[in-house]
Amino acid sequence: MESWDVLRNIWFLLVGVLLAGYSVLDGFDLGVGALLPFLARSEEEKRTLIGAIGPVWDGNEVWLLAGGGALFAAFPLAYATVFSGFYLALMLVLFALILRAVSLEFRAHDPRRRGLWEAAFVGGSALPALLFGVAVGNIVGGVPLDARTEFAGSFFTLLRPLPLVFGLLGLCAFLMHGAAYAALKSEGALRGRAQKTGRVLAAAFGAVFALSLIMVRIYLPTALASLPAWILSALVWLSLGLFAAALKKGRDGRAFLFSSAAFLGLWGMVGAVHYPHLVRAADPGLSLTIANASSSALTLKVMLVIALVGMPLVIGYTIFAFRVFKGKAGASGPGY
Amino acid sequence: MDAVFLARLQFGLTAGFHFLFPPTTLGLTLIVVIIEALYARTKNEAYKHLSVYLVKILGTVFVMGVATGIALEFAFGNNWAAYSRTVGDIFGAPLAAEAVLSFFLESVFLGILVFGRNRVSPKTYRLSAFLVFFGAHLSGLWIIIANSWMQTPAGFRMEGGRAVLESFWGAAFNPSTVVRFVHTILAGWTTGALVAMAAAAWLLLKGRAAEKAALLMKPALVLFAASAILQLGSGHAHSIQVTRTQPEKMAAFEALWETADGAPFTVFGIPDEKAERTLLAVRVPKMLSFLVHFDPNGRVLGLDEFPKDERPPVLLPFAGYHLMILCGAAFVLLGLAGVRLMAKGKLAASRRYLRLLLWAVPLPYLANETGWIAAEVGRQPWAVFRVMRTSEAVSAVVPAGNILFSVILFGALYALIGAAGLSIILRTIRGGPGEGAPDSGQGGA
Repeated sequence: MESWDVLRNIWFLLVGVLLAGYSVLDGFDLGVGALLPFLARSEEEKRTLIGAIGPVWDGNEVWLLAGGGALFAAFPLAYATVFSGFYLALMLVLFALILRAVSLEFRAHDPRRRGLWEAAFVGGSALPALLFGVAVGNIVGGVPLDARTEFAGSFFTLLRPLPLVFGLLGLCAFLMHGAAYAALKSEGALRGRAQKTGRVLAAAFGAVFALSLIMVRIYLPTALASLPAWILSALVWLSLGLFAAALKKGRDGRAFLFSSAAFLGLWGMVGAVHYPHLVRAADPGLSLTIANASSSALTLKVMLVIALVGMPLVIGYTIFAFRVFKGKAGASGPGY
Repeated sequence: MDAVFLARLQFGLTAGFHFLFPPTTLGLTLIVVIIEALYARTKNEAYKHLSVYLVKILGTVFVMGVATGIALEFAFGNNWAAYSRTVGDIFGAPLAAEAVLSFFLESVFLGILVFGRNRVSPKTYRLSAFLVFFGAHLSGLWIIIANSWMQTPAGFRMEGGRAVLESFWGAAFNPSTVVRFVHTILAGWTTGALVAMAAAAWLLLKGRAAEKAALLMKPALVLFAASAILQLGSGHAHSIQVTRTQPEKMAAFEALWETADGAPFTVFGIPDEKAERTLLAVRVPKMLSFLVHFDPNGRVLGLDEFPKDERPPVLLPFAGYHLMILCGAAFVLLGLAGVRLMAKGKLAASRRYLRLLLWAVPLPYLANETGWIAAEVGRQPWAVFRVMRTSEAVSAVVPAGNILFSVILFGALYALIGAAGLSIILRTIRGGPGEGAPDSGQGGA
């Protein structure tokens, strides 16, 4: 029984790591996609930005599939409740992600409808960037569950104040991260615009982060009382300040690391506030936790072996691929 | 329309559309690996141009596969929550393993394949091509493991209404995994090879880059013919496995209403499920018994052995199974005819054969889809064979109206991206292999 508990805790952490990895990696290409019309003024600049994410977005997106798959394998009851309960919202996310995935390819090869595919890419990047935070806000803030731990609300249940603020916070984080990546991969006026946008977004992020801390204090009065939550929140503030300073000094790479750190801090806070819950229920007795929603010890053990074999390899060759494509992306460089 | 029907429609639509792309990827990645190996051995620049050309086609096919696959990772939670709760202990693991061990591999190295030709050494490039090939096939293995467990579940026990894993290897390599994996991979090779052959045929017919087209035709044809012939064996072995482990499914495939010693093989017919008979049936006596038991008088179980509420529907599995076999036979003939022409050195000049190749391109897609429909509809009324009914597997909290909305949403989306994707793939194919590798290694925009 004891080792089962250990495995459940490890998988709580690993699912979190996969989702945080998704935020840091796919986060910048979602951010670049959503910011495309605001940063790029010419076709050449657009091609620079698209070329900067072209070779890597696909691998980045796999982190979401891995996170979803791991949630299914490790905590099938949470997977079932969340994905059936948030049905319409998730259909919109999937619709956006599918459209976004093909639109980059189509934009390059279908010049007559370039405007359509570009709009699809921008919209398809912005909508998930907003809705991921809404989803996290719901499972952390709590949703109505019935006695069978099935979701007992509707689409509009998901759009309450706390989840909406979380959605805005996530959106700011994705955009900020995307701006840093855009600055890192571009030159000249485009780079200047990305740096400036990044600083504005950092201010917006700070405001929304402060608001969300107040909201959490109101809706989950005891959640922020723990020491880790305080330390992690300090980490987010620190990263934010260093991010803005780095952009001001033109240290784009460092800014990118600090926006990544801000993301990790946010996920750490989610973990600290949420543990051991997976889905907080309005009625606390019905909450799905790592104890009542997990797979068997054997499945968790098998999955752990697969993760321990697979993830170091993934991290190794992902670093290799990023090194292959490192440096500024030109409009004529590798890309679409 | 009830929620169960709509949920099945939603899954059928999204999985069926997705399944157009991965088989193509399986075959095309193998051909890219072969062409890259030929380039390394011969140093003939024409092979490099062919590789650039094929990678461009593969790039679009792959992206379509990735995009349409996203929805499936979440589909079990979305529409099949009861299923996910009941069998998640077994079914989630292969999906997660597929992402961790294969999706990352194929996606990351496809990025290098499409965008990195001039940024890595030729050796690293070849290795990347191999890793995309390997990742795609490994991905096929995991998804076949998951699907085969629904067909012939093993390695688990039921406890408090939930399936609990007892043996990982028993569940993963259940009685149908290996034969279904081989069958699916060969189908993918047939599909990708025919696409490459058709591209070469188009160029030869138009008299463009004819030498390069001939260089592509050769390995593609050999792969196509070999896969088609091997598929006879794997298809046969798969049928024997179905007869042994899912006899009611085989009875539906063959519209065998009553158990028979010396059962006939029905070549053609229109099953009438209400009357439990087959109209206009053309049968080869004792052939089915011979095929599945190697004994013309062997006993094959008919649908009458099973309670009515445990029988699969007959019309769709019957039609799908027979259409698939018909396509498979056509591939063998098409492959042998091509090999004969090639041996005589007349392949490039045989305009009739080349035109035939163009017309044949839809057939592997028809075979893949009909085979899949036969396999999955033939599993009904079960989601997990003899363990859990499909009607008990759906999400209880998703109203029919929401599913209808998502069916319409995805139907419209897939119509749009299907049409756009097809036209881009065709344009790339018609563009032909270029002269010299473009410096971006991609050549788009």
